[in-house]
Amino acid sequence: MADRDTTGEGATPDAGGASAEDTAPRESWQIGASHRKVDAMERMRGVTRYTDDLKLPGLLHCKIKRSPHAHANIVSMDTSKAMAMEGVFAVVTGKDFPIPYGVIPWTPDENALCVEKVCHVGDGVAAVAAADEDTANAAIDLIEVEYEVLPAYYDPQDALAEDAVSINPWSRKGNNLSKDVVLEFGDPDAAIEGADLVVRGDYHFEGTTHAAIEPHCAVASVEPGSGVLTVWSATQVSHYLHRELAKVLEVPAHRIRVIQPPLGGAFGGKSEPFDLEFCVAKLSMMTGRPVKCLYTREEVFYSHRGRHPMKMSYETGFSKDGKITGVASRTFLDGGAYSSFGLVTTYYSGQLLCAPYDFPAYRFHSTRAYTNKPACGPKRGHGSVQPRFAMEIQLDKAAEQLGLDPIDLRRRNHIGSDRATINGLMVGSNGFLDCLGSVERRSGWVTRRPALGYGRGLGIAGSTYISGTNYPIYPNEMPQAAVQICLDRSGRARVFSGANDIGQGSNTMLAVITSEELGLPLEDIRVLSADSDLCPVDLGAYSSRITLMVGNACLDAAKKLRRKVCGAVAKRWEVPRKRVTLAGRRAIDIEDPERNVPLAEAFQWAEADHGLLGETGSYNTPKDRHGSYRGGTIGASPAYSFTAHLAEVDVDDETGVVSVERIWCAHDCGRALSRKIVEGQIEGSSYMGFGEAIMEEHLVDGAHSGVHAGPNLLDYRIPTSVDTPDIEAIIVEAPDAQGPYGAKEAGEGPLHSSIPAIANAIYDAVGVRLDRLPFSPPRVLAAIEERKAREASGELAPHKGNPGDEKRSA
Amino acid sequence: MLRLPQFGIETPSTVEDAVRLLKTPGARVVAGGTDILPNLKHLLDTPPVLVSLAAVSALREVKVEEGALVIGAAVTLTEVSEHPLVREHAPSLAEAAGLVAGPLHRNMGTLGGNVNLDVRCRYVNQTKFWRDALGGGCLKSEGNVCFVVPKGRNCVAALSADTVPVLVSLDATFDLVGGEAPRSTAAQDYYRADGIHHIVKEPEELMIAIRIPVATTPRRATYTKWSVRRSIDFPLVSAAIRFDLDEDSSHGVITAAKVVVGVLNPRPRVVGRLDDVIGKKLSDPAVARIVSEAVHKQCKPLENVPYEAPYRRSMLRVLTRRAVRGLAR
Repeated sequence: MADRDTTGEGATPDAGGASAEDTAPRESWQIGASHRKVDAMERMRGVTRYTDDLKLPGLLHCKIKRSPHAHANIVSMDTSKAMAMEGVFAVVTGKDFPIPYGVIPWTPDENALCVEKVCHVGDGVAAVAAADEDTANAAIDLIEVEYEVLPAYYDPQDALAEDAVSINPWSRKGNNLSKDVVLEFGDPDAAIEGADLVVRGDYHFEGTTHAAIEPHCAVASVEPGSGVLTVWSATQVSHYLHRELAKVLEVPAHRIRVIQPPLGGAFGGKSEPFDLEFCVAKLSMMTGRPVKCLYTREEVFYSHRGRHPMKMSYETGFSKDGKITGVASRTFLDGGAYSSFGLVTTYYSGQLLCAPYDFPAYRFHSTRAYTNKPACGPKRGHGSVQPRFAMEIQLDKAAEQLGLDPIDLRRRNHIGSDRATINGLMVGSNGFLDCLGSVERRSGWVTRRPALGYGRGLGIAGSTYISGTNYPIYPNEMPQAAVQICLDRSGRARVFSGANDIGQGSNTMLAVITSEELGLPLEDIRVLSADSDLCPVDLGAYSSRITLMVGNACLDAAKKLRRKVCGAVAKRWEVPRKRVTLAGRRAIDIEDPERNVPLAEAFQWAEADHGLLGETGSYNTPKDRHGSYRGGTIGASPAYSFTAHLAEVDVDDETGVVSVERIWCAHDCGRALSRKIVEGQIEGSSYMGFGEAIMEEHLVDGAHSGVHAGPNLLDYRIPTSVDTPDIEAIIVEAPDAQGPYGAKEAGEGPLHSSIPAIANAIYDAVGVRLDRLPFSPPRVLAAIEERKAREASGELAPHKGNPGDEKRSA
Repeated sequence: MLRLPQFGIETPSTVEDAVRLLKTPGARVVAGGTDILPNLKHLLDTPPVLVSLAAVSALREVKVEEGALVIGAAVTLTEVSEHPLVREHAPSLAEAAGLVAGPLHRNMGTLGGNVNLDVRCRYVNQTKFWRDALGGGCLKSEGNVCFVVPKGRNCVAALSADTVPVLVSLDATFDLVGGEAPRSTAAQDYYRADGIHHIVKEPEELMIAIRIPVATTPRRATYTKWSVRRSIDFPLVSAAIRFDLDEDSSHGVITAAKVVVGVLNPRPRVVGRLDDVIGKKLSDPAVARIVSEAVHKQCKPLENVPYEAPYRRSMLRVLTRRAVRGLAR
């Protein structure tokens, strides 16, 4: 665009597009620095007010009665004794919520409370609002429900049997098929048949859950007079909650306000509406009083939406020089009782595998079944962590059989940048080779790996992930993200964003971008987020979309304001606008830094020139970066992150205990806007993957009436700080033209390759393949003993010259 | 969050008052609360009143008297693990106390609490809702079946206290008051193979002290535990080992040996038939072999806690062998 605005005199209030000085590189004063999160001090001091800390006058407490059966028809329900109890204000049942909902608009298949049948132990059937929690608990015990118990299914293939009873009440086909996807690109059968080496493997990823420290909680209140319903909820998708509340409660959206208070973790476990939000809203509307519901930890496990168990069969063809010729997979997903994001998960289980390696031919066939378990959904790395586990072990097996270095084999299959994957997803920047090189160097792979003795091993794995999806969950042409920024004469900025900060630091990210553009230090910026009355709509915290999408929207708004402020200063100094920069709370003449004014004064000049300093910014995704086939838009993202994990393990061959000693994780986030936060995301992802690899297992006990195997944090073990390996977080920056300042995602990608890296390290250490998760001591020990038996029979050579039990005993 | 049932709370400041208050039928003692409060939240018990020991300062002493290390029942596990007298006279107890749960639990939990920790089972220590979904609880809760031993009529919940195998191995005795007369019970006789009433203490009795005879010969003792995590978890495999020697060196000749295993059933198991190690040098490789094989042969874990029983049984062999070797270093 022509730079018609060189003197500041011609500053136009409605300047819209980017001008030359906006795109010209300038020295950054904030981007890439380390920042304290904007909410860090409140969190650390314990003064942050979470949803459960909200206390309103006349507050009632809600408890939900849940099904003790895994699968049953509701024959009758009698709530009269509960209603008659002193201190009980209202009771609701499934009949009060006849309209089904679902976060994916194509699969609305659950009701706020069960209407005619229950589909897993813990399914909600009724809710009460009472004066206190104990009364509410006593009241739900008085609700009498008569059930007709039905056969229950705990395995997707059992559930898909022809004579199986249909589980989900809204299942259109009357069977337990939730979603079936077959996509084929090229001729994988021919490619595999003609390959020099074919690796075949069966993998089983047992499900895991999020285990956020804060349980789900919601509070609802109806404003007397206006009748506006306000719902505060520990959600990561306040907009979808807003939509579904309007639909299910049949209340116009403009009479509902949704606020997300600070969150104590989510990881995907709060990315759709849950029964408690509808219940407190309805109970508040019925009683005219505020109502709160806080899940017990057990209820968090029943709400679940964790990682799908997947049974995966993979065939991969390779040429002699280690190049992949074709990939074919068959996957069964155990969906649990409801769809949740399952339609997308089924696609993701195949669509997101086509980078960082070039697949010349590819087919995946994924089938999701309903089962009588808590519904599965998205957990950090949605849908693609499981196939990544399978794929990266396939590559490791191939490297061994071809006599290639596993890192070298991965390099040979590198897909590169600025090109489409076989399934038509457009990869922009790609720092995968740098990621591989970084972990290779930092771990001493080349020299140490051959030198490590029996029991000690190094393993490598790579991965990719999306930075948001090009197409939103419900089809529309509006921007995917919008931000509004106001400056005021006191010299501060307020940033209004609908984005949900779930601890990942999105509010800080917005403050950093605003700070970079407007010269304010972070403490002069207030980010007001996730309040539907104050903020523009944002779609929420999922699919790693916020930094790229909301960051771009924020940058758009901030740049508009920067132009106004710099123009107003330039006008008064009678210099071209590009000579003015904003940093360190001052407006500065770049060529004569002695000449500068406090930002507050510059803002006042700008307000005098332009009126109130408020701008909106929007971002919409490119719509030309995907394959033109049914499902081709699913998995399409503006930009892809890349990760390499390298794990070092020590395996005790007598106990099967795997100690992960160290993890090196290099992640290409495009550009780190705030280093500490990116490093934190890399560490957190590596930690979470490590936990899933070694100990986490979300199990329902089909042999015992379908109860959860232990719905508490003593039985569902997540690693403590002393279990956690040293994690070396390495930031790799391959800036992407689509991201703000080149930034891509960092919150989910670094999880993917952590699990197969550990599996591959175990193989290096003791020569056993763990194709089933988690790598629990009994499982590892059994594999080691099996190998030792084969070594003893002469079938296999001793791994790494394993000295054997006798020698060690000496 | 789970709610506690309603109960009264008494905070006596003397042992006499505590004992008097415990005469209320159903009254229960609370010290650190790390065991009883979760159990109350799970509605495994609904006592009308809890008698808190928080203000009973007489129960918080550690001293050596009359040839015994005496530890007040309300001394915290952190204090036990760090106290110079405990480390000097009962190092394996200090070790075990330092391995109980996590640091915050040890700051609150007491030695008396650990000694009296209720036995645990995967089918018991869950919410009332969960037990109802299971089919109405089991022998130890609301039901009349056992999910660990089908058709079993005896509760086999697991002794899960880290300090108990050690105390049994050290020939500790427990001082009880509040019954007809004060009495002292050998740790070895304190536990019963019945998960419903797994200790001989009567409800109105109060444990006031744990008494460990000071060793009269050189001694090496240790505690070994396996759980999935290195913190927070109850033991899934546990064993205490003690050798009395003629001299304090790895070449010392074993004059007495005692090995005690936990997490089998409600009772710690004193491993028998260790006579073959008597007279051998601690450094003799046969010692580790004899002990670990005896443990493996005599101890059969049940499916009452997570992780397969056969695996835990083989772990007993590995861990005890390693522990003995560790003592011989």
